[in-house]
Amino acid sequence: MSLVIKGASLLGEEPADLFVDDSGTFVDSAPSGAETIDADGLVALPGLVDLHTHLREPGREDAETIRTGSQAAALGGYTAVLAMANTSPVTDTAEAATRVWELGREAGLVHVQPVGAVTRGLAGEELAELGLMHRSRAGVTVFSDDGKCVHDARVMRRALEYVKAFGGVVSQHSQDPSLAGPSACCHEGELSGRLGLPGWPGIAEEVIVARDVMLARHTGSRVHVAHVSTAGSVEVLRWAKGLGIDVTAEVTPHHLLLTTDLLTGYDPTYKVNPPLRPQEDVEALRAALADGTIDAVATDHAPHARHDKEHAFVDAAFGMVGLETALGVVRTALPDLTWADVARVMSVTPARIARLEEQGRPLAPGNPAHVVLVDPDSSVTVDRDASASLSRNNPWHGRSLTSRVVHTVYAGRLTVRDGALA
Amino acid sequence: MKHLLSIDDLSTDQILQLFETAADMHDVQGREVKKLPALRGRTVVNMFYEDSTRTRSSFEIAGKWLSADVINVSAKGSSASKGESLRDTVLTVCAMGVDGLVIRHPASGAALQVSEWVDAAVVNAGDGMHEHPTQALLDAYTLQRHLGSLEGRHVAIIGDLTHSRVFRSNVQCLTRLGARVTVVAPPTLMPSGIGAWSATAGFETSYDVDEVLRGAGVHGVVDAVMMLRVQRERMSGAFFPSAREYTVGYGLTRDRLALLGPYVPICHPGPMNRGLEIAADAADAAQSVVLEQVSSGLAIRMAVLYHLLAGEPEGGVA
Repeated sequence: MSLVIKGASLLGEEPADLFVDDSGTFVDSAPSGAETIDADGLVALPGLVDLHTHLREPGREDAETIRTGSQAAALGGYTAVLAMANTSPVTDTAEAATRVWELGREAGLVHVQPVGAVTRGLAGEELAELGLMHRSRAGVTVFSDDGKCVHDARVMRRALEYVKAFGGVVSQHSQDPSLAGPSACCHEGELSGRLGLPGWPGIAEEVIVARDVMLARHTGSRVHVAHVSTAGSVEVLRWAKGLGIDVTAEVTPHHLLLTTDLLTGYDPTYKVNPPLRPQEDVEALRAALADGTIDAVATDHAPHARHDKEHAFVDAAFGMVGLETALGVVRTALPDLTWADVARVMSVTPARIARLEEQGRPLAPGNPAHVVLVDPDSSVTVDRDASASLSRNNPWHGRSLTSRVVHTVYAGRLTVRDGALA
Repeated sequence: MKHLLSIDDLSTDQILQLFETAADMHDVQGREVKKLPALRGRTVVNMFYEDSTRTRSSFEIAGKWLSADVINVSAKGSSASKGESLRDTVLTVCAMGVDGLVIRHPASGAALQVSEWVDAAVVNAGDGMHEHPTQALLDAYTLQRHLGSLEGRHVAIIGDLTHSRVFRSNVQCLTRLGARVTVVAPPTLMPSGIGAWSATAGFETSYDVDEVLRGAGVHGVVDAVMMLRVQRERMSGAFFPSAREYTVGYGLTRDRLALLGPYVPICHPGPMNRGLEIAADAADAAQSVVLEQVSSGLAIRMAVLYHLLAGEPEGGVA
């Protein structure tokens, strides 16, 4: 199927036509028999790339599958997602990684790139088969024990050194377990003191970020900081980048807009790891994303079956869904970000961090046609039940967000048309 | 008043009204036949996810003296570990036709969450580190019997504040009734952000028990002392070095007892760690009101169940 996308404003600049041939590549003139999409008034961005998604398959197919997660991703304007390794079984072998990759291809809606575990079984002790995962058809380059921190400094050091051989990167869930243990669930501060909830202090993140940038400097390796949540971590990152240390970082949409005071009613919908932080941190994260200290936005889409959230707050599962709302949240939280900046933090840079050569490319002839078309001035009220995700732990329910995704094109094929799965 | 989840839900008038009802209930306790017909035909379930002898039996007796049918459901261990959600568990219990659900749960906020799922009136009998409103009511009620109005009175609360729901409910209840409150603990047992909290809520904090008990703190002479239980296991969390050091630093020892006037009431929610946070001399002193707290607890819980389940009183209850 070939396409003519007519009159889209490329990265918010002058309107132009985009032509896609039936191999799914941008070309410089209209192929014969092409379907025309009227994109007048819409903004065209390279397809979004999510560095941090939980698709729950294998293991918790009642919460999400690779297919339903891919659908949610496409609806959110994504053309590639990195599927975290904390499934059951854990993605810590080439076989497990290849299986996720294959299921992603079968679903065919986005590129599903498996993330490999850093350590076997996420136990933090022995390295997983990093090289074999990289050599597999899945070609794993990003490794993470996400959900758990690689807290042993020696293991982290070895992992950073080892993946250098093939250009891999370790994405760290920064949480010192002795400062923020498994029950820690509320930003440590006045509110946690009043509510009597176990505190998750910012320092538990910051000491790991500080340690890891020093390890990256020492080893000359590349490290990526997942879901940065505090102003203190931003300071460390700014300092490290100033020294030329090879560190990148991501922030979630929810940490750019939601604050810890939402926990007052003990609603587990707002329970997430790292926790929602106070407004000062939110402001620091926004500024850091705008000035490039934080490189990327990543959703940490974390679907959960309803019954896993219907426990007392400390017992309920961590996480919130986010694939379908990410772009709208970013635009709502940072309305002054240019479209080129949005493309940078949600597509170009994440693709570069994950070494996804086919993704995050300019909308120019010769490149694969991954593109999202956005209505920049639209306003949508989020309805958690109108979602392709199998889960409903949606903190945005009832909120109004801007910048609706109208069409998504993955490899030259419409995956989303007029806001619905094509 | 639909539920009793937090002291924050109660106005000063509602608290004083509960005290009036409790005084009537207290009189009933002195009678030979203690049963009132007020809650005949009503069903109260005590759902305790934590071990508790005194609070559970207090609620049980309170319900029985009001002629309610009282059922104890022991729900040890978190439902999460059994695979059933808390919501499923309480909906199952309430589907049996329950009017009042008295719940104790190790997780902060559990009572509030439960109240959003069920039709029954919910009484928070202690939710994690968050609140224990009937304890605060019975403490204030007890103190009021000794001191008269609490307006302007100075109450010192001493012990493990971080992990204490008794502290969190009491500081609200006492300040609402006009008392001046000083809370005393080592820095490691002060809740995070207590500086900002105390500034807005209007109570004082101190690390120095002797200064406060001598009357040399911001609020001056102490009119009542409330000791909090300290769990010995806290040492493993590096909250303090040893039981001995805790006692020397923060216990109500014989020497500190001597700093208090002879009529200054000493409260403790129990169970007491004698020799740790409270010396036997203080626990058994004439000014100790520990046992009176137990009988006040019954009266307060009768009053709470009465107001929640029997509607507004019509011209006295006793």
